[in-house]
Amino acid sequence: MVAIGTNGWNTEPLGGMMDLQQKIAMPETSSPLSVKPSGQATAAQVQKEKSIIEVENVDFYYGSTHALKSINVEIPEKKATAFIGPSGCGKTTLLRCLNRMNDLILNTRLTGSIKLDSNNIYDSSTDVISLRRRVGMIFQKWNPFPKSIYENVVYGLRIVGANNRALLDEVAEKSLRRAALWDEVKDNLNKSATDLSGGQQQRLCIARALAVEPEVLLMDEPCSALDPISTAKVEELIHELKELFTIVIVTHNMQQAARCADRTAFFYLGELIEFGDTGKLFTTPEKRQTEDYITGRFG
Amino acid sequence: MVEPENIEKRLSNNRRFDTIFAVIGLISTLVGMITLAALLFDLSTDGLGRISFQFFTSFPSRFASQAGILSAWVGTTLVMIVTALTAIPMGVGAGVYLEEYAPKNWFTGLIEINIANLAGVPSIVYGLMALGLFVYQFKFGQSILSAGLTLALLILPIVIVATRESIRAVPSSMREAAYALGATKWQTTRDHVLPYSTGGILTGMIIALSRAIGETAPLITIGALTFIAFLPDPPIKGEFPFISFDWLMSPFSVMPIQMFNWISRPQQEFHLNAAATGLILMIMTLLMNGVAIYFRYRFRKKIKW
Repeated sequence: MVAIGTNGWNTEPLGGMMDLQQKIAMPETSSPLSVKPSGQATAAQVQKEKSIIEVENVDFYYGSTHALKSINVEIPEKKATAFIGPSGCGKTTLLRCLNRMNDLILNTRLTGSIKLDSNNIYDSSTDVISLRRRVGMIFQKWNPFPKSIYENVVYGLRIVGANNRALLDEVAEKSLRRAALWDEVKDNLNKSATDLSGGQQQRLCIARALAVEPEVLLMDEPCSALDPISTAKVEELIHELKELFTIVIVTHNMQQAARCADRTAFFYLGELIEFGDTGKLFTTPEKRQTEDYITGRFG
Repeated sequence: MVEPENIEKRLSNNRRFDTIFAVIGLISTLVGMITLAALLFDLSTDGLGRISFQFFTSFPSRFASQAGILSAWVGTTLVMIVTALTAIPMGVGAGVYLEEYAPKNWFTGLIEINIANLAGVPSIVYGLMALGLFVYQFKFGQSILSAGLTLALLILPIVIVATRESIRAVPSSMREAAYALGATKWQTTRDHVLPYSTGGILTGMIIALSRAIGETAPLITIGALTFIAFLPDPPIKGEFPFISFDWLMSPFSVMPIQMFNWISRPQQEFHLNAAATGLILMIMTLLMNGVAIYFRYRFRKKIKW
């Protein structure tokens, strides 16, 4: 079931393996909630939240493959929302719809609307360039440019013509600090970014995305290729960053969703099965499929 | 079911085929190497004695011992400059457009097939076309400009194909990273795609130029001279405005044509001159290929994903 993999861009090579690991790693304990869910919002709090992104009746096709089926989700502002589900369930596809990254793939089609601050981003009047500056993205495989660390971080500013050295320096430091990378690289800003370790490269990509001050940060399985220590650092980062930005994270790792996210959406075969408060979804899921998946019975 | 003894037999058969293929491959490789070595040796024994300072600074002459390749190497250099200045920007531009911008439809498919076919068109056909178009239609005459443009058309497909290949080697994750930061297509191309594929593009350019440097037929078709005892107007002048383009319209000869002229004479001494010219031409081509390999090595080392 890898409908997403056909174009070669967002294949999920680790998918099968990750799932297997989860099965192994998750013993027959009653539920995966030996880890504490972070989101324990009460119903009243949920009411107060403002949603920044509203996905309404979205259907998405790769050629004739129907990858997303009438999806409705509201992403709350300044919270972390996780998309979970087995490989090929459409979670990455939906994520890439949120900043119109799927426009780059031939033969794709979307119906329905996705609203960012009540403006449909799929309107013909939407400027994709400014949309992507408001909605940043971190990819599954870190992809720093083969340039210096400094040039990586400030690239988003360079392309809008910022050349003031003092300003660039300031933004570089601020972004690297926010990505918890400053102390490790502050003496080597001119070193090639590709000489950093994998975890550092991924945090550099986060710093690069933060430098343009997006409102929303999309993370496509940001830790799937990282070791546990780097993963912990990135997760810690997510906790800090969700104070400032709205975060949407796609993950294969259910413990990660439980640790990081306030809300969780479970997808299966292109459909949104269940969406709600992370704590509730993992302790008392409403749907049978959700329960089966989070207890490791399939996936 | 396969019997165990049969499996043993199959395995030893497989091993034998393995050895046979390795031997055939080695022989094929050696044929190419030995031919090149023999060619170099042959040219060297004949021509090495003729290569001297005087050989580079003399015009052709009816006395073999006084003849030189001055007009030929100057002509070759100037024609190559015109070729490079036209073929490289056009070829790289077309390659970038086809790879990064062009929508994928039947029309671009048609263009792609045409470019692949153009690379296989015999060079003399380009010569005929250039004779009609550049020499008579545009009235450039039998000049360096006509020759440069002809060879530019000839190598254009090679430059386009090489550009596309090296652009395709840039991982799409680099483009995605740039797009996700709000870069436009042009910014992504200028800041990432082109810099990361420079090594491959340069290699393609140099290989294309070293193909052009040896071309004879299309230049004879458009009317290159075989005997010329003066140099084109120099491109750089002592007085204002310091640059002159008169040389573009000058008649010319190039090294392969000079060589052809000498080899077609009956006297043995001229054959030695031809061998010497051939040797120089070959060394130039090998040097250009060496530069291409060096560029590829340099840029590959600098960039890793």
